[in-house]
Amino acid sequence: MFLGSTEIADTFAEAFAMWGARVIITGESEKWALAAARSMTGFATSVIGCKCEAGIERLLVAEETPDGRPGVSVLLFAGSPKGVGSRLIERIGQCVMTCPTTACFNGLKTKESIEIGGKLRYFGDGYQASKVIGGSRFWRIPVMEGEFLVEESFGVQPAVGGGNFLILGRDLSSTLSAAERAVAAMQVEGVIMPFPEGVVRSGSKPGSRYKSLPASTNEAYCPSLRGRAKTQLPESVGCVLEIVVDGLTEQAVAEAMRRGICAAAGESVIQISAGNYGGSLGQFQFALHALLQGGS
Amino acid sequence: MRLSLHTAPEVPLETDCLCPDQLLGKSAKEIAKLLVFHGNQRAELGEFFHIQEGAQNGTVTVEGDLAKVKQVGAGMSDGKLRIVGNVGAHLGAEMRGGEIVVEGSAGDWVGREMRGGRITILGDAGHLVGSAVRGAAVGMTGGEIFILGSAKNEVGNGMRRGLIAIAGDSGDFTGVNLKAGTVVVLGNLGLRSGAGMVRGTILSTQPAELLPTFCYDTTYRPPIVRTLLLYLRRQGFTIEDVYINGPYRRFSGDAIELNKGEILLYAG
Repeated sequence: MFLGSTEIADTFAEAFAMWGARVIITGESEKWALAAARSMTGFATSVIGCKCEAGIERLLVAEETPDGRPGVSVLLFAGSPKGVGSRLIERIGQCVMTCPTTACFNGLKTKESIEIGGKLRYFGDGYQASKVIGGSRFWRIPVMEGEFLVEESFGVQPAVGGGNFLILGRDLSSTLSAAERAVAAMQVEGVIMPFPEGVVRSGSKPGSRYKSLPASTNEAYCPSLRGRAKTQLPESVGCVLEIVVDGLTEQAVAEAMRRGICAAAGESVIQISAGNYGGSLGQFQFALHALLQGGS
Repeated sequence: MRLSLHTAPEVPLETDCLCPDQLLGKSAKEIAKLLVFHGNQRAELGEFFHIQEGAQNGTVTVEGDLAKVKQVGAGMSDGKLRIVGNVGAHLGAEMRGGEIVVEGSAGDWVGREMRGGRITILGDAGHLVGSAVRGAAVGMTGGEIFILGSAKNEVGNGMRRGLIAIAGDSGDFTGVNLKAGTVVVLGNLGLRSGAGMVRGTILSTQPAELLPTFCYDTTYRPPIVRTLLLYLRRQGFTIEDVYINGPYRRFSGDAIELNKGEILLYAG
């Protein structure tokens, strides 16, 4: 299959089950809400090394937030509800509570929830107080600037991590440009791309010749190893970049991938492929041809 | 289902059977035979009300001047009770769930010792909204009471949890003996607000004279105020932006108790 001059490989992307939460961060201005969100989603590119994957879903206008201030919606994913809870406590406690003027709200109404504010409240050292508004409990933690407001519980739901596709380009500039086009097109509700600006150059395969490593470089897609290792690269490919997608639902990941692939295809993009590990990585498979034909 | 008052009671009529839990699923004949107390005399509900059957999605409508009808919605746990007209004392007493809407005014003791659910009064309410009965230490322990008019004295007396919001003024001793929970008065507070309060919040958008056992803390704009007032606006209260965005003076008290309560007064 071709999109213009770009070949779409007949393969599938493997993704795996995760659990996800949505955090609404508000602040006195967009600047401060964004500062907290960026801090909270820092060092959260891959569960392999960061214990979670997180990113900014989108900016929120004042009318969309519970306290009527500008906000940011953040998604965070980990391997279990408990893992999501631990990471949220660390990151909200260290990155949001510390940031001037911010407040933190649950953005996901689900059956299952994890206690976050209910644990962070102990920072208040007995001076904390709670309020129940509309059936939700909020904790007010006194801080030097005023009060940090955080919701007691956050919803958590099964999610999909590691949706991906590979952009095989002629050279660095054309591949980078295609990746930027893809990320810009992939702004779908319920989806984040956790790597820097949504793009990853060090795509990995599961396992390694070194026993301590759970993942290692994907030599089949490294142009510099074309002469040494078994390669998957067409001859004219000089650069490969990967887009990784995490989403609250399989449908959201599929839609983001579809949009991204369509946007990335173009001149000097030789092929679009995906991280296919023979079914050994995860239980979700996104066939590229099916995505573009309206299925997944 | 619709009940219409056809005979006004001469003395207070106690009708704790007037709630969806006890009415829905029964025939008009069965409902007419439900026991009520007319003063100290036993009577049947049908002696005072016409009963019109009909499915209304779990809603019971009661209409007429019910100012002498007490205990309406008492112990209610589910469904919706709509009252067209004024209603008497102890509306929704010990209510656990569901919703009561009064398209008129209510007497004293609205939501007395309420545990859950919501009561909305489109008019005014009497004394002791959400309070404990005399001799009991704890009043309302959950749920929401919204009064779009004004309320009289001792709003939230002994309240432990829940939310009371009043669009107009409240009388004296608002939040007296408050254990916790939230009382919002968008109009003026009466005298001695928060007397004996242990924890909890009293918020007003108007200036108020406070007891000397309340100490000024700071003037600030806590996100909880914005969150709370925006929530009330979504429930139908008219609240100007200045009260949502503006600063509030925070006072801690009551110092004769734990001093863990707060009164927030708009400082714009």
